[in-house]
Amino acid sequence: MRLTTITAAVTLVAGVAVAETVAPGDVQFTEYGEVTQSLTGQPGDAERGKTVFSSRSKGNCVACHAVAQLADVPFHGEVGPELTWTGEVRSAEELRGIVANAKMMFEGTVMPAFYKTTGFTRPGDGYTGKAAAGDLAPILTAQEIEDVVAFLLTLQEG
Amino acid sequence: MKFKALTAVAALLAAPLAYAGGPDDDTLVVNEEVEMATKVAAPAHMSDTGIDTIMSGWHFRTDETQSLQMDDFENPSMIFVDQAVDYFETVDGTEGKSCASCHESVEEFAGLSATMPKMIDGKLTTMEDLLNSHRAEAMGAEPWKWSSAEMQALVALIGLQSRGMPMNVAIDGDAAPYWEQGKEMYYTRYGQLELSCANCHEENYGNFIRADHLSQGQINGFPTYRLKQAKLISRHNRFRGCIRDTRGETFAEGSDEFRALELYVASRGNGLSVETPAVRQ
Ligand code: HEC
Ligand code: HEC
Repeated sequence: MRLTTITAAVTLVAGVAVAETVAPGDVQFTEYGEVTQSLTGQPGDAERGKTVFSSRSKGNCVACHAVAQLADVPFHGEVGPELTWTGEVRSAEELRGIVANAKMMFEGTVMPAFYKTTGFTRPGDGYTGKAAAGDLAPILTAQEIEDVVAFLLTLQEG
Repeated sequence: MKFKALTAVAALLAAPLAYAGGPDDDTLVVNEEVEMATKVAAPAHMSDTGIDTIMSGWHFRTDETQSLQMDDFENPSMIFVDQAVDYFETVDGTEGKSCASCHESVEEFAGLSATMPKMIDGKLTTMEDLLNSHRAEAMGAEPWKWSSAEMQALVALIGLQSRGMPMNVAIDGDAAPYWEQGKEMYYTRYGQLELSCANCHEENYGNFIRADHLSQGQINGFPTYRLKQAKLISRHNRFRGCIRDTRGETFAEGSDEFRALELYVASRGNGLSVETPAVRQ
């Protein structure tokens, strides 16, 4: 009895350790471009994900994607497909892969990679037009990716 | 009024949030007399781009912005063009000369802007370069900064002399290597967003990116008056802004890179009327 409890506790601790934040360079993509493992081990928060999706300084996803559920957000773009039903047709694993680096699924796509820090041509320091001072941070943090994925999963019709 | 009205209605039915995208089908006539060629067959060198009709940025603007360019009394650029008429006659520099000391009238430059940038004495030369070299050599005057009010006003005044004439920059001969360099830049995916000029202006013209209606990124109307900035905007300033928006490190205004890019972008407009000075949002 006691022993089992201790084992369970140890497993829990180990579980947390394994679920440490995955660095941008360590993300594992399947051959279809999905990412099966959570980037943080923490569940995403759809409300925060909605903010990441809509705000210019975060994902600004709405610049390219229209979403019927975001009627209160002005100016939805049309460079990418409408995402009103994406939660019905895409899995969490697919969505995590697409947001982290859409080029792994859609070769040469216009959609930027939001969890990538190397391999850029003339990377800048944000929107200043100046050269990046040092290593770039990914556009979104690991948790913000999880939050956006949680938000995308809520996008279902009806 | 809108060319794509039917498509737009269909799109609206299917997707309640979609905009009525695409270029419109209006006609640009300036001062009720000069009709502009704003949609023409793409030049031969664009055969592999998927674009068969090149279009002025005017077609992607709202009716209100469009109308400002249809009447010189309403076009806010004309204030600056008037100032340039004064600069043309203003003595500057150690030689005691103005432009007018050597050039009888600005009208003698009709047609020049339609062929710029071009190779002069082995150097790819923009209108800004030409003005600064004449200031230095003939007038003994200090160079103007690329995007300064004086410089862009005079670039606009000289451009206005070619208004209505077709853009016709040379891309062969000794211009060819610069043109190739500019073309390579046009397709390079800059910055952390990894976006090229072509991603926005070739693959997505007619689409909205947030609140901005993407055009083909043509420069036949430059310098343009931008309502947002309330001044004349140079070509290189526009390029800089677009690369900055990719979260990229831009090139400097007046850099050799931007000269090459200017030649390439200008050549994608060969056949469109010079619209200088155009009006944009
Ligand atoms: C600059 C434009 C752009 C931005 C910004 C952008 N996307 Fe995309 N997105 C696209 C395009 C284009 C595609 C279509 C993929 C393709 O075939 O190239 C796409 C595809 C997708 C898809 C897959 C749709 C499907 O089921 O096929 C999802 C989900 C998505 N984007 C989510 C996002 C999220 C979330 C963000 C912000 C964090 C975002 N996008 C930002 C352009 C963009
Ligand atoms: C992230 C998208 C994006 C990229 C990448 C981009 N642009 Fe733009 N560009 C815009 C937007 C938005 C506008 C304003 C609306 C319009 O005219 O298209 C614009 C406007 C322009 C204009 C003014 C057109 C007019 O009629 O006034 C020119 C010229 C231009 N871009 C050239 C370029 C060049 C050259 C590059 C590459 C170095 C480039 N752009 C890259 C988004 C972009």
